[in-house]
Amino acid sequence: MDLSAINPVLFVAGFLVAATPLIFAALGELVVERSGVLNLGVEGMMIIGAICGFAAAVETGSPLLGFFAAAVGGAVLSLLFAFLTQITLANQVASGLALTLFGLGFSALLGQRYVGIKPPRLPEVNFGPLHDIPVLGPVLFSHDIILYLGLALVVAVWAGLKFTRAGLVLRAVGESHDAAHALGYKVVRIRTLAIMFGGACAGLGGAYISLIRVPQWTEGMTAGVGWIALALVVFASWKPWRLLLGAYLFGGITQLQLNLQGAGVAIPVEYLAMSPYVITILVLVVLSADKNAAPASLGRTFHASN
Amino acid sequence: MTDTPLLALSGLTKAYPGVVANDGVSLRIAPGEVHALLGENGAGKSTLVKMIYGLVKPDSGKMEMNGSAYTPQEPRDARAAGVGMVFQHFSLFDALSVAENIALGMEHAPKLRRLSHQIREVSEAYGLPLSPDRIVGDLSAGERQRVEIIRCLLQDPKLLIMDEPTSVLTPQEVEILFKTLRKLSAEGTAILYISHKLEEIRNLCDSATILRLGRVVGHCTPAHTTAREMAEMMVGSTLKTPTRAGKTPGKVVLDIQRLSAKSPSAFGMPLREITVQVRAGEVLGIGGVAGNGQDELLAALSGEAPCAAGMIVFDGQDVGPLGPTARRRLGILTAPEERLGHAAVPDMTLVENAMLTGAAREKLERRGMLDWQAAKRFAENIVAKFDVRTPGAANVARSLSGGNLQKFVIGREVLQRPRVLVVNQPTWGVDASAAAAIRQALLDLAENGAAVIVVSQDLDELMEISDLFAALNEGRLSVPRPAQGLTVEEIGLMMGGAHGMEVAHV
Repeated sequence: MDLSAINPVLFVAGFLVAATPLIFAALGELVVERSGVLNLGVEGMMIIGAICGFAAAVETGSPLLGFFAAAVGGAVLSLLFAFLTQITLANQVASGLALTLFGLGFSALLGQRYVGIKPPRLPEVNFGPLHDIPVLGPVLFSHDIILYLGLALVVAVWAGLKFTRAGLVLRAVGESHDAAHALGYKVVRIRTLAIMFGGACAGLGGAYISLIRVPQWTEGMTAGVGWIALALVVFASWKPWRLLLGAYLFGGITQLQLNLQGAGVAIPVEYLAMSPYVITILVLVVLSADKNAAPASLGRTFHASN
Repeated sequence: MTDTPLLALSGLTKAYPGVVANDGVSLRIAPGEVHALLGENGAGKSTLVKMIYGLVKPDSGKMEMNGSAYTPQEPRDARAAGVGMVFQHFSLFDALSVAENIALGMEHAPKLRRLSHQIREVSEAYGLPLSPDRIVGDLSAGERQRVEIIRCLLQDPKLLIMDEPTSVLTPQEVEILFKTLRKLSAEGTAILYISHKLEEIRNLCDSATILRLGRVVGHCTPAHTTAREMAEMMVGSTLKTPTRAGKTPGKVVLDIQRLSAKSPSAFGMPLREITVQVRAGEVLGIGGVAGNGQDELLAALSGEAPCAAGMIVFDGQDVGPLGPTARRRLGILTAPEERLGHAAVPDMTLVENAMLTGAAREKLERRGMLDWQAAKRFAENIVAKFDVRTPGAANVARSLSGGNLQKFVIGREVLQRPRVLVVNQPTWGVDASAAAAIRQALLDLAENGAAVIVVSQDLDELMEISDLFAALNEGRLSVPRPAQGLTVEEIGLMMGGAHGMEVAHV
């Protein structure tokens, strides 16, 4: 075992990348849940985003177009969920699970031709002299544009929920859809838009895995990140900053255990592989002492009958 | 009254599948007029105001505001036209602050800081103190209502609709509300006031329109009409007043000693050292504003939330730690407030619902096997004795009207020969004739030697049937006093007076 083989700079840079898919997926789900909808189909929307993004990037040669296609793909799939739960008033839990199963199967079908291909690479953002700062440069200023977009999105969602009228209305709908309806807000429309935002974010997160993190296409390659994102939203008490913290924690430990595996630490690989899940959940359970933070209408079906 | 009314409705009709909620309703409200809308549940009051507020579109008929056509497509249009509404079930968001709640109900909400300032100004001008930063979930019912009223007032309404505004207030809080409303009326704001509390309407309103089964059946000037006359116009028949014979109470059946219990829900109210005795043949009325421990008290008495040993003694036996079935077997029966969901399972038939609470005491269950024949006889007996209007006991509970289901729920317990019966809001949302029948049944039960505890927010009801009256306030029970001769002021003070309210600076 040789711990000195772990380069701290590459390690930190690596965990920022590992955390990004989780940030996108969880942030989208956070917005969906704040509007009072529980969409368990994150994993399915991510994998659809992964294959849509991969295919579009390979066909057009442009990774950015790939990410755009991933967002559209995730949002279109989420529309199916929105139709089931908001129009036909189907059960949200069952619809979400169905969405995940459907997404996993459908992505495998779409991806048949793309196994074993390398996607075009997304260049790093050119920060000029900033990139040459020792340590900080490679850690902070050597990434692709999508990673920074994820961070910007955390800030935007936080500020949007807290300071804008649209954010207030979204929270109000999640808190009490009956009261919001009585005041004349369009509950179904607002929730559908939130679900689509969640789908687009999940799609971006999925494409980040298939285009940047791995980068290749394999069936089921999201490997449960969607489920971690769902857990993360709850344990982050529906707060964007805590969610970012949880995502970094998860990304950090994932990266660490990969490095430890590489360094040949004498712990069975299975324990190392499970450690990110266990530690992230433990830490966030301790952090999330305020259990009343859940939106009061979360998971409840709305119908404007009364 | 001026010649052009502020709001004129003519021939408004709205039908839902199977029922005509409003049938050719016409109404005129002048600026500054306080107009009462009276009617039993299901008479169409809510549908009518929802049409005025733009939540429901009429099938036919015309609405005019200041002489020009008024057709609100949604509440936004209504608010823009100067119509404000204070809802019966508050349309507030518990987890948001007062200022955020108010911003949600406004078209062009200013920045939160400026809005907070305006809230303070308006609340002081009308004597309704309110702190904009507080979380609504922590407010009392009276304070929550202030949030709704101020939300309306900030938009300078010309017409304020109030749907049963006083059902959650103490008498002192009602007095403050009325001062505010009179001040508004003097400033030219018309008020459409929905209530079934007739004395309040006589006290406050200039004119009244009475609805029955969706039609206007009469107009009156409340100040010149007795409450009984108005009630009979609402019901369409003469009313029987419950009667009771003088009686001497027997020995103590239920002895509650320093009963304390935590509330199971986050926004609930813990019970604090409740001590009271109920004798055989006695009716104890428990008043108080909703949310002061009523639900928790009922849960503690029914056994849904068992309490510590020694806190509840029944006939010399400690029943504190016993669950509901064990208590039922002994003869302590309860009928909770919420008909659909708590007292009865909405999608189960009356027979199944009769089985659910009657199994232990009516021997409908033998060695784990259910005797459906006996349950059917029991359910049919309830339907017959309590005049429950339903095609048969095989109908699901949801299909019954509120009053009929309530008669079933109360009858189901009364016919199990309880030794102690605890009921919460026995006539809430029940029409006047069914309410009278339920009250009579409770009195008859006491007459036959049972101890009856009635928890209610309807003070008139409690005064009518109670021997002793006590009030719940913040989880504490006042010392019970003989109900006869209590004044409204005394009752109000027992209920905790005005919760931090001051009188309007009129």
